[in-house]
Amino acid sequence: MDLKQRQASEVASKVLNKEDLFILDVRNEEAYGDWKIEGESVTSINVPYFDLIDGVEDLLPELPKDKEILVVCAKEGSSVFVGEELIEAGIENVSYLSGGMKAWSEYLEPVKVGDLPGGALYQFVRIGKGCLSYLVESNGEAAVVDATRMIENYTTFAENKGLTIKATMDTHLHADHISGGKALADQVNGTYYLPEEDAGEVTFPFTALKEGNNVTIGEVTIEPIYSPGHTIGSTSLMINDAYLLTGDILFVESIGRPDLAGKAEDWVLDLRTTLYNRYKEMAGELVVLPAHFSKMAELGETGVVSAKLEELYEKNEGLHVEEEAEFRRMVTENLPPQPNAYQEIRETNMGKITPDEETRREMEIGPNRCAVN
Amino acid sequence: MEAQKTLDAKGLACPMPIVKTKKAIKDMESGQVLEIQATDKGAQSDLTAWAKSGGHDLMKSEEADGVFYFWIKKA
Repeated sequence: MDLKQRQASEVASKVLNKEDLFILDVRNEEAYGDWKIEGESVTSINVPYFDLIDGVEDLLPELPKDKEILVVCAKEGSSVFVGEELIEAGIENVSYLSGGMKAWSEYLEPVKVGDLPGGALYQFVRIGKGCLSYLVESNGEAAVVDATRMIENYTTFAENKGLTIKATMDTHLHADHISGGKALADQVNGTYYLPEEDAGEVTFPFTALKEGNNVTIGEVTIEPIYSPGHTIGSTSLMINDAYLLTGDILFVESIGRPDLAGKAEDWVLDLRTTLYNRYKEMAGELVVLPAHFSKMAELGETGVVSAKLEELYEKNEGLHVEEEAEFRRMVTENLPPQPNAYQEIRETNMGKITPDEETRREMEIGPNRCAVN
Repeated sequence: MEAQKTLDAKGLACPMPIVKTKKAIKDMESGQVLEIQATDKGAQSDLTAWAKSGGHDLMKSEEADGVFYFWIKKA
């Protein structure tokens, strides 16, 4: 039998539908430990390809006999190499992930969150990296929030539905991924919105995303709500009084971290005020839609990452820290490592540097780590 | 840095830089140094991990003009 090629989209649908998936990850141990394909139905083992160059005999007993074996590496070269070795050794059902973990990192799965007057709200789940972006559509118009750099995902989606993208918005200056907001707005002749307080060093024109300046998409109103803490400009978006896009301030299972611009100490109080006062005054019925998730378990039945605000005030531990000093410790000490290349990513999002496509892909490798855990 | 042997793996993608490194070091004697030149960005972490798992000593690495240089002393 031949080595089969699997696209990231096929792997994503297996993960989302909780279908059995056996993965032989042949990257080095550090890369695997840092970041891998995960899911309830996923079993994976790690054997670096360089330990398999002389043969795969030692590995054979560890492989299931009755399942497809998906070989995964960073780009795909080594997984093809190992996959072919396995087939030569007589293993029948072997495939490799086309484009490797890079393709996995870039794959977006659009899922519908719910209906809106004249349209609907969609969440684009970047399964491999834990990033969430959004598309609001109403009466043929659309807005994209926290767009990834793979903007063809949104333009293709809009084309298929006959939508005109009028606006793109970033809830804050991102440090974990390269924003596609500006590039997408330029391509569709739309308006790019960014909170002014985050844009001090931004080198290109933008429109301020700020409280009081609502944006209308068809019959839908997008209302900016200033909610600093992850960055000084972090702004949440209330959509038709039903959905609250919280950016990197509040997640389903955790809260944002204030340190990615080197300002942890300065921004702790802002973060606390947003989470413990500002959001608390809002309707508990609001459906919170964050810009990240950290575990596959956060994806609900339909693949959407969301929770009601009142549920988060019950269950999210980041909202239950009574003492301010303890809160300060939680969000400034023992934080997970910072995202890969986060300084360069910030500078790219400000327009200060313009790395080539390949460098951009490399910069985004690895998990996003925008939450405290 | 002095090397007894130089391997040009420029332009090669994974897994070839390591396949060639492994082959080259096989023919060398313990204590000898192999210089590797590669352009694949993944080579850095993979060579580091491979050298460690084989007990070889990655003595030095540097980048110049998009080329990564590694010096590995055979165990």
